[in-house]
Amino acid sequence: MSAVALATAPKTASLHSGRAFPIVIVGHVDHGKSTLVGRLLHDTDSLPTGKLEQLKAVSEKRGLEFEWSFLLDALQVERDQGITVDTTQIWFTTRQRRYVIIDAPGHKEFLKNMVTGAAQADAAILVVDAAQGLAEQTRRHAYLLHLLGIRQVAVAVNKIDLIDHDPVKFQAVADAVRKYLADIGIQVQAIVPVSARQGDNIVGPSPHTKWYQGPTLIGALDAFAPRALPVEQPLRLPVQDLYRYGDKRIVVGRIESGQLRVGDRIRFAPLGREATVATLEQWDGNVPRPLLTVATAGESVAFTLDEDVFVERGALASPPDNRPLDANRFTVRLFWLDKLPLRKNDRLTLKIGTAERDAEVESIVETLDVETLDSASAQQIERNGVARVILRVRPPLALDLYETLPRTGRGVLIRGPQIVGGLVIESAATRVSTDITTVDTSVTVQERIEMNGHRGGVVWMTGLSGAGKSTIAMATQRLLFTRGRHVAVLDGDNLRHGLNRDLGFTDADRMENIRRLAEVAKLMAVNGSLVLVSAISPLQKFRDMARGIIGDDFREIYVKADLATCESRDPKGLYRRARSGEIKNFTGISAPYEAPTQPDLTLDTSKPLSLAVTILVEYVESIFGELPWHPDI
Amino acid sequence: MHDDLDSLEAQSVYILREAYSRIKPLAMLWSLGKDSNVMIWLAKKAFLGRVPFPVAHLDTGLEFPETYAFRDRYATEWDLELIKDACPPLEATDPTLPHNSRVAARKTLGLKEAIARYQWKGVIAGIRRDEQATRAKERVFSPRDDTGAWDFRDQPPELWDHFAADLPDGVHMRVHPLLHWTELDIWRYIQRERIPVVPLYFANAENKRFRSLGEIGITFPIDSPARDIEQIIAELEVTREPERAGRAMDHDSEDAFERLRVAGYM
Repeated sequence: MSAVALATAPKTASLHSGRAFPIVIVGHVDHGKSTLVGRLLHDTDSLPTGKLEQLKAVSEKRGLEFEWSFLLDALQVERDQGITVDTTQIWFTTRQRRYVIIDAPGHKEFLKNMVTGAAQADAAILVVDAAQGLAEQTRRHAYLLHLLGIRQVAVAVNKIDLIDHDPVKFQAVADAVRKYLADIGIQVQAIVPVSARQGDNIVGPSPHTKWYQGPTLIGALDAFAPRALPVEQPLRLPVQDLYRYGDKRIVVGRIESGQLRVGDRIRFAPLGREATVATLEQWDGNVPRPLLTVATAGESVAFTLDEDVFVERGALASPPDNRPLDANRFTVRLFWLDKLPLRKNDRLTLKIGTAERDAEVESIVETLDVETLDSASAQQIERNGVARVILRVRPPLALDLYETLPRTGRGVLIRGPQIVGGLVIESAATRVSTDITTVDTSVTVQERIEMNGHRGGVVWMTGLSGAGKSTIAMATQRLLFTRGRHVAVLDGDNLRHGLNRDLGFTDADRMENIRRLAEVAKLMAVNGSLVLVSAISPLQKFRDMARGIIGDDFREIYVKADLATCESRDPKGLYRRARSGEIKNFTGISAPYEAPTQPDLTLDTSKPLSLAVTILVEYVESIFGELPWHPDI
Repeated sequence: MHDDLDSLEAQSVYILREAYSRIKPLAMLWSLGKDSNVMIWLAKKAFLGRVPFPVAHLDTGLEFPETYAFRDRYATEWDLELIKDACPPLEATDPTLPHNSRVAARKTLGLKEAIARYQWKGVIAGIRRDEQATRAKERVFSPRDDTGAWDFRDQPPELWDHFAADLPDGVHMRVHPLLHWTELDIWRYIQRERIPVVPLYFANAENKRFRSLGEIGITFPIDSPARDIEQIIAELEVTREPERAGRAMDHDSEDAFERLRVAGYM
């Protein structure tokens, strides 16, 4: 067989140097991935001495006929269960070049391992069982290949011997595979009928498939082009760290795209500081090297700047006139790998380049059924699911669209100590450029909004004593706080112990009490807080005054409960003391209460308090939570 | 970026800088073999001539005299903060392991003791995927619980060079900056960078040399006339013998090395 002839051809030494071309082998469990790897190694004469004998012994020990997959399934559990648990790598050489094969598990339990393996590859072999055709994990893997950015795919229709090398049956499988891959945007390079076990069409053409005119599998691999480094794209350099050696401040990081030259003016997002590259640093060791003046994509560099601007890990360097986007809300396509589903409002860490941000799932736009490629709305994304999601981060993050610059347009989600998902940026709302040049001396309202993820404002709760204002305010504060909002409660009663302790309950004193309360609330709101004011504020003119002081960000909330209810609750025993005359000027008993005529919201406390809290939280979020987004995403 | 060695170097430098930036305190294991010498070299590249963390030799007392001489010379010459604590005795190892594995397991115990003593949260080790099939399944950042055990059934995902580095209490990180290198890559880099290695790698008068260098009694030389790096490279380009053929502990039983690694061996 020609396979043998090829396999024994002498290797030229030069093939062993040069970069090993990384390919990943993916596909449904049991469709023969690991067997194919074994076959590739054997037929390219890449197996170490003794390995074949060792595999035979291991196979016999388990009462199996010769099992190629034991070559890669190195773990005892893998050999015992006959499945690949984790991704692995192995090297082989064709007459053309050196390869590193990444073998990825096909079992759905181990999708995170498949993703780990596939993310390192330049090209993929998708293995499909000739008798079974496309299976669930075939589709999922193919879809993920696309999402991971792998555009070169060859398909091995395996176990062709099990369908008696039938060209009609092969064509049916090939057509289905081609169509599916085209639907998800993969142009397949070759679809090869193979038998990994028998060696058909792996290295040499098979005598059993004379009807097949295409390349062998090795031929298809050798036709793949190495992934080109994005040298000609604009510079993107996520800062990894800063080293201080004597007087030198050295910035280090890897160039993800473009080039960096001594003398280049560069800008560091998100703060927008600019400086000029003064030197590119290197340690020569035992080999003297010329002074570095330029570095390109893929290189890990160290450099100094001409001035001492503030730079830290997470900053993204770019040319000043070709910047990344500066975004805090964007649409991503993501794949989810965690056992716990991803839900709306979940908070995680997003990492793009070296920058990390608190991120919140604003909404799940749709989930994708990889079988049918149909989209559906969903409340949550289950493990191994693929979805389109809108994320919010704060403060804003420098990033690119995946389509434009893949390496800075993709990232991972982290929960606790683990990566739980990967994502690519599809679209982002661009903000009006706010290069911060005065960050050391002041912070603008806009910056606070972006940092906090919401506006500041005053929610003024009026109602009788005992209506439930404080209880609702406290519960609402708690909920908003756990959602990460900057929230505070100003309680009229509490303020009377301090700031307002010189005031009584006369009309004028009540007016002054409200004025001070409103001024304090306003200060806090301007500084970004959501202020929940709980104050009887019995007269409409008091509340109108507060509105006048605070302005547009004032909302009047009527906490409604009738006098009899409040008096029966009497949590502080005040009504009893008012009735007995012990307390004068008590609202509702001996002083008037004017219910708001046009409140912004009424909370009826005859219903369960938890309902009022839910309503108020939603209301506050809807009024103050929305940032002034550009509506283009 | 000029050639494949540059790209391997850039990737390792990136990993070392990530580890140094995100995991403290950090240490590097120096077995004195060719790979860990390359690793120290890469650290000097990453940190511009200095190694900013301690370098630990887990000493079983069983290294070859040439190996000790090499250690003492280059610890000084390379200005390393060397830690050379002695590993616990053979009696302290798991008695159910085969003998050669027990000898190797002393290093596992030595590492555990060092981690407890110095409170390291990260340990950089020079393992490579092409050395051994279970090592091929490793992650670049590989979390270990306080027993040092490797939970290979549930390894964290790793993609696009994002490494999750936040660790719960009682967990340390093994960092593997050479995972993507091959044996041949290592020698080609040693040649290019003129990195010193223990002379036992080169053939003696009887045409014997060590291809993988470990302790006396469990590591054996191979037959080879290769007397310099060029000849070693030429030999590796055509050999079909596995690198660790001279390591007795790998061959005690089918899963000998897996058992060692699961228990925390490098």
